[in-house]
Amino acid sequence: MAELWQLSISEALDKLARREISAADLTRAHLDRIEAVEGRVRSFVTVTDQDAMREAEQIDRMRGEGEALGPLAGIPLALKDVLCTKGVRTTCSSRMLEHFVPPYDATVVSRLRQAGAIAVGKTNMDEFAMGSSTENSAFFPTRNPWDLDRVPGGSSGGSAAAVAVGEAMGSLGSDTGGSVRQPGALTNTVALKPTYGRVSRFGLIAFASSLDQIGPFARSARDAAHLMNVIAGYDRLDSTSVNRPTPDYLAALTGDVKGLRIGVPKEYFVEGVEPGVKQVVDEAIKTFEGLGAEIGEVSLPHTRYGVAAYYIIAPAECSANLARYDGVKYGFSARDGVQDLVQTTATTRAKGFGPEVKRRIMLGTYALSAGYYDAYYLKAEKVRTLIKRDFDKAFEQFDVLIGPTSPTVAFKLNEKLSDPYAMYLNDVFTIPVNLAGNCAISIPGGFSDGLPVGLQLIGPSFGEETLLRASDAFEHATDFHTRWPALPQQKRPPRARK
Amino acid sequence: MPTASPKTDVVYEVTIGLEVHAQLLTASKMFCRCPTDYANAAPNTHNCPICMGFPGTLPVINEQAIDYTIMTALALNCEIAEYSKFDRKNYFYPDLPKGYQISQYDVPLSTNGHLTIHVNGEDRRIGITRIHLEEDTGRHLEREGRGEAYSLIDLNRAGVPLMEIVGEPDIRTPEEARLYMEKLRSILLYLGVNSGRMEEGALRCDANISVRPKGQKEFGAKVEIKNMNSFRAVERALAYEAERQEAELRAGHTIHQQTRGWREDKGITVAQRTKEEANDYRYFPEPDLPRLVISREWVARIRAVMPELPDAKRERFIETYGLSDYDADQLTSERALAEYFETAVKSRPAEHRLTRAKSVANWVVGDLRRLLNAAGTEIGESPVRPEGIAELVELVERNTINGKQAKDVLEKAFASGEMPGAIVTREGIAQISDTGELEAAVEAAIAENPKAVEDYKSGKTSAVQFLVGQVMRQTKGRAKPDVVSPLLLEKLEKL
Ligand SMILES: [Zn+2]
Repeated sequence: MAELWQLSISEALDKLARREISAADLTRAHLDRIEAVEGRVRSFVTVTDQDAMREAEQIDRMRGEGEALGPLAGIPLALKDVLCTKGVRTTCSSRMLEHFVPPYDATVVSRLRQAGAIAVGKTNMDEFAMGSSTENSAFFPTRNPWDLDRVPGGSSGGSAAAVAVGEAMGSLGSDTGGSVRQPGALTNTVALKPTYGRVSRFGLIAFASSLDQIGPFARSARDAAHLMNVIAGYDRLDSTSVNRPTPDYLAALTGDVKGLRIGVPKEYFVEGVEPGVKQVVDEAIKTFEGLGAEIGEVSLPHTRYGVAAYYIIAPAECSANLARYDGVKYGFSARDGVQDLVQTTATTRAKGFGPEVKRRIMLGTYALSAGYYDAYYLKAEKVRTLIKRDFDKAFEQFDVLIGPTSPTVAFKLNEKLSDPYAMYLNDVFTIPVNLAGNCAISIPGGFSDGLPVGLQLIGPSFGEETLLRASDAFEHATDFHTRWPALPQQKRPPRARK
Repeated sequence: MPTASPKTDVVYEVTIGLEVHAQLLTASKMFCRCPTDYANAAPNTHNCPICMGFPGTLPVINEQAIDYTIMTALALNCEIAEYSKFDRKNYFYPDLPKGYQISQYDVPLSTNGHLTIHVNGEDRRIGITRIHLEEDTGRHLEREGRGEAYSLIDLNRAGVPLMEIVGEPDIRTPEEARLYMEKLRSILLYLGVNSGRMEEGALRCDANISVRPKGQKEFGAKVEIKNMNSFRAVERALAYEAERQEAELRAGHTIHQQTRGWREDKGITVAQRTKEEANDYRYFPEPDLPRLVISREWVARIRAVMPELPDAKRERFIETYGLSDYDADQLTSERALAEYFETAVKSRPAEHRLTRAKSVANWVVGDLRRLLNAAGTEIGESPVRPEGIAELVELVERNTINGKQAKDVLEKAFASGEMPGAIVTREGIAQISDTGELEAAVEAAIAENPKAVEDYKSGKTSAVQFLVGQVMRQTKGRAKPDVVSPLLLEKLEKL
């Protein structure tokens, strides 16, 4: 019999409903798992074990009394530490917010609470979601459970690793240029970036507001659908959230992709894509073909300008979004040796932000400066429009596009840390979707030398149902998503026996 | 300092453009639900995570503020944009919680309007470049104490809707600038979108002023004047600055583009920062807010509920009530005053309205306003309600009291809040129009003064004056001499 932490959300909900297990059992099993593996993986910045157990017991009590329970009652989840949690510190893995305790929940967090989900903790990330390896965390790097010498991807590396290794049944991350999908690909998890506006951003600490979108990590498309059913929907606190009905994503999982038109963008199979990655994607395309999907080639000609445009727009927005951290109202405030207010702000920012954050603030400030705005920001916005048109055109012919999520499998820690540009290129296939605002999912596509390869399915705006349906069908035909990392044992002396 | 030869024979002309910031009288702030009535509140009590710029919070547009801006734009004859957007204006200041201000940059809500002022009996049209909407900042005070300098920050004001009205450089004199501000304030008050309180900072004015030799095509270097907190300050500061710039030019000096602050206490402007120190605000579209689509239906809806504006009201008052230009000007300078006047006139039946209207206008513009000013009371809070003034006018019209008594009654009514009629009755100061009472008084005077009666009979007509005086004394002045005399003569003839 599988361990409780190995259950899928669907299975766990069944067992909970039939009272074969209690929410307390399930939560305890995950907290124990965290205890067991955290020393090696380090997914969490904060583990909220006491709150989690109290909430789980509350769910059990309610169930015992026959009270109505939410659709995720008793399911232990992890939250990227970029999502505000009332009364629980929310750090963005930054010194700047190391001790910041928000007085409010992000909308997605309150929706999850309302649904009865149990938060086991806040996960590690690249500082302020800027990075692709979680090495930019101001606290510590998170390791890839599939190979502890490698990164889990980023910026939502903690959320990805936690789900991959069974510390949580699902988790939330945020995706600005691939920050959900890329770690999903590198850790063999299902990782969805919903359409911009599908999920409320209220309480998501902003990196680049026009690109940021919250998305779920899970170990199957079905589990991701469970999470989407709860987090998706209009929120009047976020004026960019879209006011249209939320479908039942579970109902979309028909298992049938016959006649589904899948486009293969030729620009996604260029130099730089590792052969092992390409091979997995080719196999996957054949699998879909075998399932009755119609495959055809398509062109997204402006793909190669995506990274450049992204590294203007995202830093520009971040340079404004991060201006609020001035040491005046909350968070870190430098007091030693400062003479006045200007110095307080300058020193606070100098000490509170890490190098990648500073790099992007400076890039963005430069791009918006008088005399450069037209050449950089405006031009990048034009590229963005062209990329969006590429997708619009492709979706006239196809329901879904397929390609690799990341050109490589998980890379080694420190491998790309000193070369920001190489790090940026890791997001070459994920960035265009953020720029265009449509949706995409990364699913376990196979393995290359024992390391997971992510398969990216890209959908049109509000095409999440199709993405989940195709993913679910692919899972029926494959077993990659069911595999667990063989986490090497911790190298520490065995406990003395009593 | 480049010193060319002093220019003594050149005539200079002044060019002024005003930038006005008006806080909107919405119940809640521009992008959150905090109340805007922070005037007497303790610091940092009108705040929430949104207006304090907490991480993860997002702005939500207050539609009332858009309504008010459209309304103002219509009143100022502006074009309303079909599409507009908000932008981020980036700069660091401790009273700016987000490190940027949500404002409007290249696509403001409205553009291209005008406002007409009356100068020396002539109409002058001053162009309005644009009207846009933004959020106010907090307040920041530098303090010193216990040998240390420190800063205090109050974010109550942060996020209050602020409408910026940018005027064309069409103003030629400091007086015109004051008149423009007065007219603008009046319109804002009419619309009910702003409190008009310059002293509280609810209405603020910055000015761009330049001086050039008459006939020169290019404008002179623009100097921005800040910190003018009253109409008087606007006029004084600009007069000072115009003179200063002219003197500089006459002395052969060059005027540099800069920002100067008005020092009310010293009556001078002081340099604050030069062009080189100017901020680069790095504007870019606010990604947290969708583009604003202003449907023509929306504009029509607002147009339909627009109140009558000062100029239209002034014309109507002259036509309908036959008021003098002066009275009409005075009454319509403030919406509440005009409404007070009209309520008073309409509170009585329609006949004699024309004469009554003039009397009401006289009382309102004259004695009532004097009393209000002395008490520091707004017309809306006047203890004498419009019905009271109407009653007072009626009492005079019917000769129940005379003008002098009416002034007295008004003062009493103003002090106590009683209706004039009630005061007249209680104090017995009504003039005697009841012939019965008057006859009795006349008969008494004849009976008690046989000597005077004799004198009259013997042809001394002056005796009548004496007897009238006796009647007046007896009635404590409530009798009217022109009624008493004929009655007295009639009685004397009958003797
Ligand atoms: Zn607020």
